[in-house]
Amino acid sequence: MPINYYIVLALSLFSIGIVGVLTRRNAIIVFMCIELMLNSVNLLLVAFSKMQAAQDAVQVAAADGQLFVFFIMVVAAAEVSVGLAIIVMMYRNIHSVDINFLNRLKH
Amino acid sequence: MGITQILFWILTVAALFSAIMVVSSKNPVHSVLWLVATFFAISGHYILLNAQFLAIVNIIVYAGAIMVLFLFVIMLMNLNKSTEPVKNRWLQIIGILSGGCLLLVLVAALRNTEVSKNIVEVSTGDAGLIKNLGRELFTTFVVPFEISSILFLSAMVGAVVIGKK
Repeated sequence: MPINYYIVLALSLFSIGIVGVLTRRNAIIVFMCIELMLNSVNLLLVAFSKMQAAQDAVQVAAADGQLFVFFIMVVAAAEVSVGLAIIVMMYRNIHSVDINFLNRLKH
Repeated sequence: MGITQILFWILTVAALFSAIMVVSSKNPVHSVLWLVATFFAISGHYILLNAQFLAIVNIIVYAGAIMVLFLFVIMLMNLNKSTEPVKNRWLQIIGILSGGCLLLVLVAALRNTEVSKNIVEVSTGDAGLIKNLGRELFTTFVVPFEISSILFLSAMVGAVVIGKK
């Protein structure tokens, strides 16, 4: 498999996530599109690490790339827990998750 | 065309279709379920690249834990009917156009780089096995691993503090 296919696939997933962030109003769906963008970056990192493994016989750099994906997953899990807590708190205050009502950051 | 290439195209079409359905479906619960389908397709790509540890972790952490958390919050807020008003059609068209422009610019910029002819090692290689990754994680990357546990602790405390307010 050439690396070109993986680059185009990951960029397409990233752009779909960008379109979702720009067009949707629901804060939870915007958050899910951010998760989709993180996953496309993960896929591209794994593809590049396997490309590096095909280039040279030393496998250390390939394992480094995949461990970077592991740490991205760790940070994403922490981010999701705090972000969903913030969304629940905003829903309790203003009874909506529409991001047009969330643009003032004070209430 | 070998079996890995057929699997690659099937998984690619599945990932792109379900990602488009995440963005375009009205009901938030359907969006979450399509996102779970996207994560399964990406995990299939990881298995095809012989990154078995990341495939399992992706299914357990993302499709298992994070998406269930999203589903929990959506059902807790009773948002599972489509309550989102479609107000401005032009904003949606401009959003889709700018996303397409970003895709065009990035693909055009990365098309002629010198790595673009390289071959990805598919379904061989032992870089992604649990043995190698575990050895790297607990020797070279042991300090970032411990720091990430502190990050988890602070995220837990933060979620509880924000939720109790």
